[in-house]
Amino acid sequence: MNNKYSIFSLIKNAFSNHENWSQAWGNPEPKKEYDAIIVGGGGHGLATAYYLAKKHNLKNIAVLEKGWIGGGNTGRNTTIIRSNYLWDASAGLYDHALKLWENLSQELNYNVMFSQRGVMNLAHNLQDVRDLKRRTHANRLNGIDAVWLNTEEVKRFCPIINTSPDIRYPVLGGTLQRRAGTARHDAVAWGYARGASLMGVDIIQNCEVKGIKRNGERVEGLETTKGFIKTNKIGVVAAGHSSVIANMAGLKLPLESKPLQALVSEPVKPIIDTVVMSNAVHAYVSQSDKGELVIGAGTDSYVSYTQRGSHNIVEETLKAILELYPIFSRMKMLRQWGGIVDICPDASPIISKTNIKGLYFNCGWGTGGFKATPGSGDLFAHTIANDEPHKLNAAFNLNRFVSGDLVDEHGAAAVAH
Amino acid sequence: MFLINCPFCGERDQSEFSSGGEAHIVRPKQPTELSDDEWAEYLFMRKNIKGVQFERWNHTHGCRKWFNVVRDTSNDKILSVYKMGEKPPENYK
Ligand SMILES: Cc1cc2nc3c(=O)[nH]c(=O)nc-3n(C[C@H](O)[C@H](O)[C@H](O)COP(=O)(O)OP(=O)(O)OC[C@H]3O[C@@H](n4cnc5c(N)ncnc54)[C@H](O)[C@@H]3O)c2cc1C
Ligand SMILES: [Zn+2]
Repeated sequence: MNNKYSIFSLIKNAFSNHENWSQAWGNPEPKKEYDAIIVGGGGHGLATAYYLAKKHNLKNIAVLEKGWIGGGNTGRNTTIIRSNYLWDASAGLYDHALKLWENLSQELNYNVMFSQRGVMNLAHNLQDVRDLKRRTHANRLNGIDAVWLNTEEVKRFCPIINTSPDIRYPVLGGTLQRRAGTARHDAVAWGYARGASLMGVDIIQNCEVKGIKRNGERVEGLETTKGFIKTNKIGVVAAGHSSVIANMAGLKLPLESKPLQALVSEPVKPIIDTVVMSNAVHAYVSQSDKGELVIGAGTDSYVSYTQRGSHNIVEETLKAILELYPIFSRMKMLRQWGGIVDICPDASPIISKTNIKGLYFNCGWGTGGFKATPGSGDLFAHTIANDEPHKLNAAFNLNRFVSGDLVDEHGAAAVAH
Repeated sequence: MFLINCPFCGERDQSEFSSGGEAHIVRPKQPTELSDDEWAEYLFMRKNIKGVQFERWNHTHGCRKWFNVVRDTSNDKILSVYKMGEKPPENYK
């Protein structure tokens, strides 16, 4: 397991028909006790373990995943990465992540296919125009690149958009963040898993957490499908299932879990070389390196853990896509799926201690946490190791719902994804 | 995606309804007496259950009336529907 991936290892392995590559990460049985346990083997959980081992010198760590790593929202999202959020706290959080993305393939020695192809957010009415212009100003004051494009500039940047003034939701302009883009979702989970595993982190798949053992105000360990495991630090990063795990410790969280859907088309030649988002009509589109259109839809309005989502939501999204991109009218859709997203009342995440000693939560990323994966892992590791938040995640504590100091990104930050 | 049996109109597609979230959260009788913790509990904290959940729905594109539903959120099966003010069915507690 010491293989560094390089041109030399590629050549060397070619001589044995690529049959002797060593496993990218281990498959150990759980030990009796760990210094820290991360619950949830998505990108955020694996990144947390990676930075705990790398920056905080904790080596006896496990990541417990009930299914397979990256099988949750990490492997189900539309991979849009951007940092153009309105409020200072969010700008700090998401741009920290974006800066880590820029060097992540080098850091992990694993190609996460980060592609800074730009993300454009469209405005369809006067209020959108005002909000998005305000956001570009706020972004620039925070040192985040952002420009406002008028309708002609939008058309020039992405010629297949229908900018005719007589459509139902005409394009009145848009914002562009050029440093934004996409990455390969699975590779992010696999890269962090490999990096963590090389530093001695145990990644334990098919191991579901069933209970949290408490001794008064502190945690003592976890009941799992592979038996009881002792630990006095538990970091929960379980996305849509955060409330389920919180309930095991007798905690309630300000979350609602809802299905969010995406779909991909048959692969075609390159047609759209950027990411275009439209919040007003709930339609987002980019093109994968394989050539599929990757389309994101909206959430269902009700709590559900079914990981499916409703058909009418997809229909509405596709209607909007067809009006904005008439050229896609004969495309065939290949696959559709759903993930369960954990939505906070202020549409901002929680990276926080709790009032139970040794129990930490990283959740509430809702429809848009993929972009934050490296930053979230880095800051959560800091919070767990020091029992104190980093200054970049201090505002994202659980107590904000008591103090009222919310980070309200709902309307503010180009909402979803 | 599922059907909801509106107690006033009968069975209709879910897309005609709006979800009002968790049911039986009692509005504070004396808001001025409430502590910050109690406000947080009332406004923001939710059970968000995976399994049998009691919730409110509104028939927005129909009779526009509110009512309660007992639904299993792990498979979207509706177990019971009852009107506002009625006692929640006992057998799902
Ligand atoms: C359709 C869709 C599109 C999206 N598009 C975007 C986008 O374009 N850009 C963006 O930034 N974000 C997007 N998101 C949001 C993003 O996917 C998530 O915020 C992010 O991936 C969350 O990562 P995570 O590691 O916290 O969660 P996950 O990857 O879901 O990992 C949580 C893990 O916890 C495990 N788990 C749960 N319960 C237990 C238990 N009891 N025991 C053990 N393990 C458990 C789960 O199996 C899961 O693997 C989208 C989401 C969806 C569903
Ligand atoms: Zn009705």
